[in-house]
Amino acid sequence: MTGPQIPLLEVRNLRVEFPTRHGTLVAVDDVSFAIAPGEVLGVVGESGAGKSLTGMAIIGLLERPGRIAAGEILLEGGRIDNLDRAALRRIRGRRVGAIFQDPLTSLDPLYTIGRQITETILAHLSVSRREARERAIALLAEVGLAAPERRLDQYPHQFSGGMRQRVVIALALCAEPRLIIADEPTTALDVSTQAQIITLLQRLSQQHGAAVLLITHDMGVIAETAHRVAVMYSGRIAEIGPVRSVIHSPFHPYTAGLMRSIPRIGRTGTRLAQIDGAMPRLDAIPSGCAFHPRCPQRFAPCERQRPPLFRIGDRLAACWLHDDSRSI
Amino acid sequence: MSERAPTRPSSATVTRGSLVRAWNSDLLYSFRHSPVTVAAAALTLVCLGGAVFAPWIAPHNPFDLASVNLLDSFTPPGWNAHGKASYLLGTDNQGRDVLSAILYGTRISLTVGVAAVVFSLALGVSVGLLSGYLGGRLDALLMRIADVQLSFPAILIALLIDGVAHVALPRASQGSMAVYVLILAIGLSGWVQYARTVRGSTLVEKNKEYIQAARVIGRHPAAIMLHHLLPNVMGPVLVIATIQLATAIITEATLSFLGVGMPPTTPSLGTLIRVGNDFLFSGEWWIAVFPGAALVVLVLSVNLLGDWLRDALNPKLR
Amino acid sequence: MTTVAASEGAPPLIALHAVGRDFDVSKPWLNRVLERTPRQLLRAVDDFSVQVRKGETMALVGESGCGKSTVARLIVGLFPPSRGSIEFDGNAQTTSTAGAWGPEVRRRMQMIFQDPYASLNPRWRVMDIVAEPLLAHGVLTRRADLQARVFELLGQVGLTPADGDKYPHEFSGGQRQRISIARALSSAPEFLACDEPTSALDVSVQAQILNLMKDLQDRLGLTYLFISHNLAVVSAMATRVGVMYLGRLVELADAAMLFARPRHPYTRMLLDAIPDIEMSGRPRTPVAGEVANPLEPPPGCAFHPRCPLSNQRCRIERPELKAEPEGALVACHAVAEGRAPA
Repeated sequence: MTGPQIPLLEVRNLRVEFPTRHGTLVAVDDVSFAIAPGEVLGVVGESGAGKSLTGMAIIGLLERPGRIAAGEILLEGGRIDNLDRAALRRIRGRRVGAIFQDPLTSLDPLYTIGRQITETILAHLSVSRREARERAIALLAEVGLAAPERRLDQYPHQFSGGMRQRVVIALALCAEPRLIIADEPTTALDVSTQAQIITLLQRLSQQHGAAVLLITHDMGVIAETAHRVAVMYSGRIAEIGPVRSVIHSPFHPYTAGLMRSIPRIGRTGTRLAQIDGAMPRLDAIPSGCAFHPRCPQRFAPCERQRPPLFRIGDRLAACWLHDDSRSI
Repeated sequence: MSERAPTRPSSATVTRGSLVRAWNSDLLYSFRHSPVTVAAAALTLVCLGGAVFAPWIAPHNPFDLASVNLLDSFTPPGWNAHGKASYLLGTDNQGRDVLSAILYGTRISLTVGVAAVVFSLALGVSVGLLSGYLGGRLDALLMRIADVQLSFPAILIALLIDGVAHVALPRASQGSMAVYVLILAIGLSGWVQYARTVRGSTLVEKNKEYIQAARVIGRHPAAIMLHHLLPNVMGPVLVIATIQLATAIITEATLSFLGVGMPPTTPSLGTLIRVGNDFLFSGEWWIAVFPGAALVVLVLSVNLLGDWLRDALNPKLR
Repeated sequence: MTTVAASEGAPPLIALHAVGRDFDVSKPWLNRVLERTPRQLLRAVDDFSVQVRKGETMALVGESGCGKSTVARLIVGLFPPSRGSIEFDGNAQTTSTAGAWGPEVRRRMQMIFQDPYASLNPRWRVMDIVAEPLLAHGVLTRRADLQARVFELLGQVGLTPADGDKYPHEFSGGQRQRISIARALSSAPEFLACDEPTSALDVSVQAQILNLMKDLQDRLGLTYLFISHNLAVVSAMATRVGVMYLGRLVELADAAMLFARPRHPYTRMLLDAIPDIEMSGRPRTPVAGEVANPLEPPPGCAFHPRCPLSNQRCRIERPELKAEPEGALVACHAVAEGRAPA
């Protein structure tokens, strides 16, 4: 973590619940983290870990009946989780931009992309229409589209998947937000396009000084793009720290198991290390540490009590193995 | 994965278990918690019960010409000063008890309605499955026929078939054949909706991988349509069927009202309304009003049930 | 044409000769007449020849639109090829309307699909789903025999007999793929076509399923055709790898050789594009462009607009698969002319 500057985004003890007629399901449980200006924080986890919901909660797009049950979300020091709809609308786009997974449905098929970008600019910045159009052209060139003046008047269906995702990135950046939330931005793309989009995101966040919350299940994308990473399991953060150290020497057994089960080029024909079992369903989360039934290193306290995030140097891990008050 | 001893539950516990599961399912839960739907279901059951048990609970038999007393005609409802207790809702112009006529008439209305719906469902679902799965020229041909038929109002088609039947059948058998003619007419006028809906669902489902898996196994297209596709496209069909039941009953009533449906000797609710219509403004209002009210109650409750079913099934329809 | 040397004396289990498949994606007849647009044919697969030996895992990799899924579907007979021929254990495909393969061949081949949520009939119980091939091929008829076999299969894929009574929606994605595998194995096939079987699964579940598939292959002597866009997964599973681009095979080699020394510029580009999880800081050649529109493939070598080594010849003449000294097959002028870096 960088020095004592105010973090751009701070999430404190966030809790997202889904009341159903069978009981309340907790999808995000006591999640806290912070992103500094210009930093890329990756949030990685498998399906059901709650990473997408965390992103949705931050930008205020939680679908009913989901709701934020506890915690605070602060953007540049001010709370944004308790705002009314009008205030939230002003924030979205202007201070927080979003990139979602499917470029096909992220763009309105009925309007030209020029119209969509200029509208967004005009809604948030006080510039003339002509200047908005010029900014749009500059943005499209910046995200790597050739002949941007011509592209401005085309419809989304005239673009390929990779180009559409670039347009979505341009849309997310056009009002110059301080924070971008990217939810699986490369999952629906081909491998070669993925690489291009990752490089683009990195470059743009550096140039515009925007922080990025990168949500994905793909560790490789995190390794290439993020400065720090938070590993989520069953709605909780298992581990958080600088990318290089988390990947090379994970503290949490889940992270370790995850890294070992990822196939790598060159290890031909050998069995992959696997974690037995599956992530628990939301209505059957184990007591204590949510990972303990599958953990090869579990011991006495793991089933009884949920571990807090222990600090080990510049990293945090929610595992009783790293309880510094314990004598080893 | 934990190893459990391989046991097969006995069939009794399976049934009871599945009943409990069904009661707790989202569908029946929403049913139980919607007072309007419960009331509608109760009313439908009452109408149904009245119709099924008409021979036992009706005070008189309006179709038995021997028991009908012409002198009793135009008796007002029982609570009226001039009324008689045995004729609770009065009598019509031929001395038939209106209450009994309503019970027997509901019987005919429901019979025709349900049979017509079953007929158009069978026809429409088959056409939709074949059209959607086989595609090509057959699909184009069947859908053009459907398009042509849709450009005519359903009632006109029913009238057309009815008229043809009247001309084709000998006069003597027209009375007894009326029910079948009505079922055919209403059924043929309603199959298109099923066909289109099922065709749409089939087009979506047939590209899914479980259908491809069945084809890889080598199943015959008929087996695929019947065993794989049919259970998956039936959802919207049930909703249409419930709402079409109400439409079928109204259509039958309309046809009878127009004089081309059920004959006055075996009247349905529509015929009763027609008969009573002539006397509506001459003071004998009960002959038209009570059958009319019965029709409204029946159709409304079936409609409400259909509404609930459509909304309850909706989140599960992808 | 030359193939990778069949050092084993046994004939191949599956042989494809110059197979091609076109799809008619023209607009409806009326639109074509009114707008005067011509018929449009999509060449999904073109001039594809490969032999799959018994017991091996043959992988086909490529990006979207390269035709690898179409090849899998051609082999299992979901539709016939437009050109060329396919043989299974010496049997040629028939042209009867009942489908490309007779019932006896169909029993010996099966397919696993990508989407665990769409590959099982949501209205059928697991027991019926797994038993369907047994009934369809008449392998078993008595209820008790069927049940015993289904229980055995469920155990083989890591599920319990009680799971047979449940419906697919009661299972997770990984468990559904296990059910798909159980169904595929029920008629004791020799060959399994696997179309992206783990692409829709989480990483830890993927590891379980891939290990399961390997165990089953060892135990039952299965032959796999493994389709994937994920080169790392292919690296863990395959014995031989074919790289496809816009419907054609551009490189075919043993897995170890392909990953150690990729030859075709597209293969190198694919390997380069994989995110570097080791964070080794390896240098990367920049990736250019996107996959071209399959309806209008570039002339000559389809890859030439994106290739750093393309020259005049590449723009005009389409390269054929040629054998390299170490046994790999590569379709590239630069490689053949010795212009490609080692």
